[in-house]
Amino acid sequence: MRIDFLRFRPLFALTLAFAALAQPALAGTGQPSPWQMTFQTPVTEVARYIDWFHDGLLWLIGAVVLFVLALLIYVMVRFNEKANPTPSKTTHNTLIEVAWTVVPVLILIVIAVPSFRLLKLQLVPPQADVVIKATGHTWYWSYEYPGNEGESFTFDANMIPDDQLQPGQPRLLATDNEVVVPVNKVVLVQVTAADVIHAFAVPSFGIKIDAVPGRLNETWFRAEQEGIYYGQCSELCGQNHAFMPIAIRVVSEEQYAAWLAEAKQRFAATGDRPVTVASRAPAAE
Amino acid sequence: MASPATSHQAHDHAHDLPRGWQRWMNSTNHKDIGTLYLIFSLFAGLVGGALSIGMRLELQEPGMQFFSNPQTFNVFVTGHGLIMVFFMVMPALIGGFGNWFVPLMIGAPDMAFPRMNNISFWLTVAAFCLLILSLFMEGAPGSTGFGGGWTVYPPLAVQGHPGPALDFGILSLHLAGAASILGAINFITTILNMRAPGMTLHKMPLFAWGVLVTAFLLLLALPVLAGAITMLLTDRNFGTTFFDPAGGGDPILYQHLFWFFGHPEVYIMILPAFGIISHIVSTFAKKPIFGYLGMAYAMVAIGVVGFIVWAHHMYTAGLSLDTQRYFVFATMVIAVPTGVKIFSWIATMWGGSIRFTSPMIWSIGFIFLFTVGGVTGVVLANAGVDRALHDTYYVVAHFHYVLSLGAVFALFAGWYYWFPKMSGYVIPDWIGKLHFWVSFIGANLLFFPMHFSGLAGMPRRYADYPDAYAHWNLISSIGSYIFAVGLLVFFYGVALAFVRKQQAGDNPWGAGATTLEWTLSSPPPFHQYETLPKITSSGH
Repeated sequence: MRIDFLRFRPLFALTLAFAALAQPALAGTGQPSPWQMTFQTPVTEVARYIDWFHDGLLWLIGAVVLFVLALLIYVMVRFNEKANPTPSKTTHNTLIEVAWTVVPVLILIVIAVPSFRLLKLQLVPPQADVVIKATGHTWYWSYEYPGNEGESFTFDANMIPDDQLQPGQPRLLATDNEVVVPVNKVVLVQVTAADVIHAFAVPSFGIKIDAVPGRLNETWFRAEQEGIYYGQCSELCGQNHAFMPIAIRVVSEEQYAAWLAEAKQRFAATGDRPVTVASRAPAAE
Repeated sequence: MASPATSHQAHDHAHDLPRGWQRWMNSTNHKDIGTLYLIFSLFAGLVGGALSIGMRLELQEPGMQFFSNPQTFNVFVTGHGLIMVFFMVMPALIGGFGNWFVPLMIGAPDMAFPRMNNISFWLTVAAFCLLILSLFMEGAPGSTGFGGGWTVYPPLAVQGHPGPALDFGILSLHLAGAASILGAINFITTILNMRAPGMTLHKMPLFAWGVLVTAFLLLLALPVLAGAITMLLTDRNFGTTFFDPAGGGDPILYQHLFWFFGHPEVYIMILPAFGIISHIVSTFAKKPIFGYLGMAYAMVAIGVVGFIVWAHHMYTAGLSLDTQRYFVFATMVIAVPTGVKIFSWIATMWGGSIRFTSPMIWSIGFIFLFTVGGVTGVVLANAGVDRALHDTYYVVAHFHYVLSLGAVFALFAGWYYWFPKMSGYVIPDWIGKLHFWVSFIGANLLFFPMHFSGLAGMPRRYADYPDAYAHWNLISSIGSYIFAVGLLVFFYGVALAFVRKQQAGDNPWGAGATTLEWTLSSPPPFHQYETLPKITSSGH
């Protein structure tokens, strides 16, 4: 189902320098790493597709930029005052004018094919194994695991302030409560907001969806690798916009079951907020 | 007060030559008003630039150093955006160069509605004052100014900012919008009715074409913004719920309305720049513009298509699959006329005899950097990839490449090109070149690393960021300081020109400069074309 961008091989030589810049060994998994120049390591099919499609686009736009640069350098060298004292009077060339209109159209049509496939992959979620509702607040996220009466629970996830960070916890990314999901399962995230617009984003999963008051948006992911994945609020939401991160821990199915049992106890017991009313929220799509 | 310089009928007192403050305050002369616009936009640009330096200081390293309250950083972000869009780029390109050179280029004695021209300018000044005032009014609880971004999305712009700051901001946008609509009417009327005999639309200089298309965009887009922010105003103050789901409204409605204005707005900022670049390239290649009609209609096409692509700013808002498909394809179509422009500029230089004056190197810099910004636009047009890049620094890099390195480079190109005509004096060429190289290095250091931090996931409008983004941000900050040094060179050059008073002569650029303004003295007489020029051949 993939377009083979290797067909553009003749352009590879041209774009080598550009690509060398853009292909460093550094790419954080679940969080950024210093000097990173590319996407965070993808761990879902969607994120991999984005990564691959973007790489293809990068070759293409790199080639276009180098082509324009080469033309500019050529005219500056060949047609400067000293090299060419008498300017020509050419003002039209129908063939070339048609060519530089039609060729870009063809290139754009080629781009559109994988673009539309990616779009469908992102926006038509498969059957969900786990449903989570994320609600943006100023300035934290709350998460609800809907279930049968008495089974559902809700908790808040606040950013850990700098002075309370444990070793290994990244600044501005770690949260006090983490969202826990099973590996290799389709997780449907329903996203809304309680006050102003926020946006729920996890770069390694390739997801980003606005949390809009009065709307229930959705996105989905199927993480293929256990670990901790961070994201940050991605729609300006006021004073602490930069300080309401998202932390999702992907674990094995057994660990998830254990966590679920414990979380039901803990978040029901602490009773941050009533959880029963919302339990009838749509669980199936 | 009849002026000796004019020999018109005695009752025609519009031809008076007022002196002192009255000449400027009450001016109905397109060149004086153009000068006022240019001075105003330089000043506003310094204010907007100072705000951006404040942001870069804060972002230079992780942690909060300069702003005690992150909300103040958001206010800086908002102020920078609004000032640069509404009070720097637009007044400079349209009000400044448009006023100065559209009448000169089309052989008109003045604008069609000289008094309306005056009110356009002074409304813009009033609007700017309101915006500056708004910085000092209470916005979000416990802080001053509006910090919801230049997009002013509700509900953050309603319940998030209960103080009066945004009410001042909305009034400011209303006044600026009214000023621009009046200006647009003026330009459309002038260009359609006051071209010199023989100058058909298809012989009209491309800068006039750019301003004509821009004026139509302003006329059609700004009323939509005015409607949206009026609804916002009544939501804030009079209990309506256009954008409040609690009363049956929808925050997404605002986004559609805003971007229906907002996307044409970005072409409003670049189309006049396209026109300027065309003239400079043609002048210094000593060749007529290649593919003139293609160039003119590419701008028309960009203007038309610009109205049907707005929701590509909203890919993450929750639009349906089919909606996103449509906007992906419509958006990519814009690359085609833009490509026509880029290639036609290069073809204009092809076979030419290029003289590398400072306006020319600014223009060549523009062509290259606008291409870089344009191709990342093609990446962002794809909703699937935009999912990862939306609201990250990649977007910040993209739109600064097309605006800060595009529109602003064209502004400086136009400045160095037309300054001798406007003032009569010469800015030493080495100053324009030094300014170019300092700005070129500074701006690329500033904005290119933003592609990397954006790809790595750094969200925009963040007062503080995870430590991993520190390196690219440090480089960006250093770039912004270098760019600021370039501005010192610029102002030194302008001051030097006025001190040295070296005369430019009517046409300092030679045979390649074929548009009508170069047939006049430098500076042109207070009233030009007492006898209308006759256009026989196509002089573009």
